[in-house]
Amino acid sequence: MGAGHAHALYVHEHSIVHRLPAEVKLAAVFVFVVSVAITPREAIWAFAVYGAILLVALMTARLHLGFVAARLIAILPFVAFALLIPFIASGETTDLLGIRVSVDGLWASWNILAKATLGASASILLTATTEVPDILEGMAALRVPMVLTSIAGFMIRYLEIIVEELGRMRMAMTARGYRPRWLWQLRPIATAAGAAFVRSYERGERTHGAMLARGYTGVMPRVAPRRAPTWVWLVAGLVLLPVVAVAVAALVAT
Amino acid sequence: MHAPDGFLNAGTAVATGAISAGTVGLALRQAHRELRDKQIPLAGIAAAFVFAAQMFNFPVAAGTTGHLLGGALAAILLGPHMGALVVAIVVVVQAIVFADGGITALGYNLLNMAVIPTYGGYALFSWFRRILPASSGGVVAATGLAAWVSVMLSAMAFSIEWLFGATAPVSFTEVFTAMTAVHLLIGIGEGLISATTVGAVLASRPDLVFGARDLDRARLADRTPARSRVFVIAGLVTALFVAGIVSQFAVDAPDGLQRFAEETGFASSEEQDLSRDRSIFADYATVGIENEVVSLAIAGVAGTLIVAAVGSGLFLAVRPPRRDDDAVAA
Amino acid sequence: MSRLALEISDLHFTYPDGRKALDGVTLSMRPGERLALLGPNGAGKTTLALHVNGLLRADRGAIRLGELELSDDNLLEIRRRVGLVFQNPDDQLFMPTVGEDVAFGPANLGLEGDELERRVDEALSTVEASELRARVPHHLSGGERRRASLATVLAMHPDLLALDEPAAGLDPAGRRELIETLKNLEITQLVITHDLPLALELCPRSLIMDRGRIFADGTTAEIVADSELLARHRLEMPFGFGSRAAGC
Repeated sequence: MGAGHAHALYVHEHSIVHRLPAEVKLAAVFVFVVSVAITPREAIWAFAVYGAILLVALMTARLHLGFVAARLIAILPFVAFALLIPFIASGETTDLLGIRVSVDGLWASWNILAKATLGASASILLTATTEVPDILEGMAALRVPMVLTSIAGFMIRYLEIIVEELGRMRMAMTARGYRPRWLWQLRPIATAAGAAFVRSYERGERTHGAMLARGYTGVMPRVAPRRAPTWVWLVAGLVLLPVVAVAVAALVAT
Repeated sequence: MHAPDGFLNAGTAVATGAISAGTVGLALRQAHRELRDKQIPLAGIAAAFVFAAQMFNFPVAAGTTGHLLGGALAAILLGPHMGALVVAIVVVVQAIVFADGGITALGYNLLNMAVIPTYGGYALFSWFRRILPASSGGVVAATGLAAWVSVMLSAMAFSIEWLFGATAPVSFTEVFTAMTAVHLLIGIGEGLISATTVGAVLASRPDLVFGARDLDRARLADRTPARSRVFVIAGLVTALFVAGIVSQFAVDAPDGLQRFAEETGFASSEEQDLSRDRSIFADYATVGIENEVVSLAIAGVAGTLIVAAVGSGLFLAVRPPRRDDDAVAA
Repeated sequence: MSRLALEISDLHFTYPDGRKALDGVTLSMRPGERLALLGPNGAGKTTLALHVNGLLRADRGAIRLGELELSDDNLLEIRRRVGLVFQNPDDQLFMPTVGEDVAFGPANLGLEGDELERRVDEALSTVEASELRARVPHHLSGGERRRASLATVLAMHPDLLALDEPAAGLDPAGRRELIETLKNLEITQLVITHDLPLALELCPRSLIMDRGRIFADGTTAEIVADSELLARHRLEMPFGFGSRAAGC
């Protein structure tokens, strides 16, 4: 449940996918997940096509399926809920291996499982083949306001520092015998969090000073982004065409 | 609560996306107005702090751990606009860069994590401050209560989104009851952590707590914990109101009616088809409820509470801070 | 007589919480000079550095850089001329990659395109950190971060380099690299430190600052040899140094 992780998921390889400009990958992933999301669940063939395309992409990017599977743990709670649905849902029922399950529930279960898995895998493909600074540049190239990408950049830059700081504080506490197991024992952790907030804020003020010292006037300077050549966009469009076509066909057919 | 793709239907994803985008846009503009050129580094580092804080395990019971949501805490420390902006960036980056949460689910994930707990949490905080003493102790208590209830608001909002966008035949009332009850408990941890964290910040840099900026040095020094009677009563009243009264509808009539109707054979699929045609609710969310009007009532009350909280938060945040205001001390 | 590189006249400054950090500081530097500012913690050295590029504004007194007197109108130009290297490199490496960080300053000055790229390359090669260009700051060692932060400042072609505890946190090899780099830089340098051997090796002239005022001004060799003077201001030469006077 939203545990999060600070280690970016980048896997160092030299595949075509890795070399693609970030904004193209971002746009492609977006088109893919939207297509998946709007596809009616009854069109099982459509999901098979999506899965195949995704597998090809993963193989081209030289990513191991085991790696992807491990990262998919993040959606586990929702997968668990999805698996539970046929047993708790209402509506027409049928027999599955001797247990009464809801028919609609089975469909709903399939719907969530398919879309969540495809969506999460596409995201994993993106983050495994694109380094974080490039993702931010890609977002800027896609016209995301620079204020937002700048704030995101700072966040990512200082995240590990703060995580380490919290980790060190935690170690210091453990070294003095602190082993919390119950809610009412969390006081030291929360106090440490408060101290970390103050330190982080003061660091923010110092960084602001450093920015001013190098001429910052409130607007981040435009370091001209590399523009992806048109042919790359065309190729990406061609690759995504079947995805969109499948989604449209599935919508029309149902 | 980083929901994955496909959990709610497309219409809900788009509608919540529009609301979230609008609110975050507003937050961005307001935060810029307040902070000017300090906005980018401070928001960035605050976002890093929120992200890091969400990662850490806090003990819950017998060694099991839980995680902080942090919306109300962010709003109380940074102000609601900065809080909303900061949590929004955390959620978006988690989805895109860390593959945590579906990209098409951003609409409702943002609404539930970055908009409702921050603006709503701040409004709750302000209301609680009115009845608690104007001192550090009062701020800490108000934070705890606000954070607790904000988690429940978030859960209720998710249930209402389910009402409109469910993709599985689990009724709204079931989802609502389960979510609200669970988050009533989870919220206790959130409340305690948030309160203690704010207390720690007040001790070293009180000027960094947005929600305490009206307190002068003398009142800040007053760290006596809010009188426990007031604390407990305020907490109970709010929690009961939010969970109990609204859930009463959920527990009593519909399921009882449903079971009765099924057993006596009055429930018929035709009726359900009819209601499906005229309803804007997701086909599934009202399955099992004999009378759509009851779910509407539950959703209505809960929805009104949420909208009132978020709206108040937005309104309060836009007004300039009041100094030396005795009205705060009720 | 050529213009002074830096001229500080009777500077007074009190922090908002009431702490008087600068109590009438006067000092001057000639172009190309390397000056060490010695003193204990809390003396006001960092505060003074923050005044030199206008991040803090004095209550009383004046600061002059070459022919330019620091005022509200010329802050951008002042900040171009004064390169401040912070004590903690993490405070000034805030962009996703080192290259973008080094580009930040010159980009703010209006450079772009190829010119900007060249400036970045030049700054990085000066500190021998060209290979760090695409690296993420967090993954760098202390010494690498120090070099990167120096590059971010050099990229603005400053006239005066102010360094706040530049060797802090560096291992001996890193410290050696830093000293060599600074020796080869033909820029006026104000080195804030309480690392006396560093001051001895790098700077012919030193000042002792304490409690917001200047207490001594002379050749580093003389100052360092006066152990009573040092002790009065909570300074001392490390064990085994005796009173060697090294040439600069």
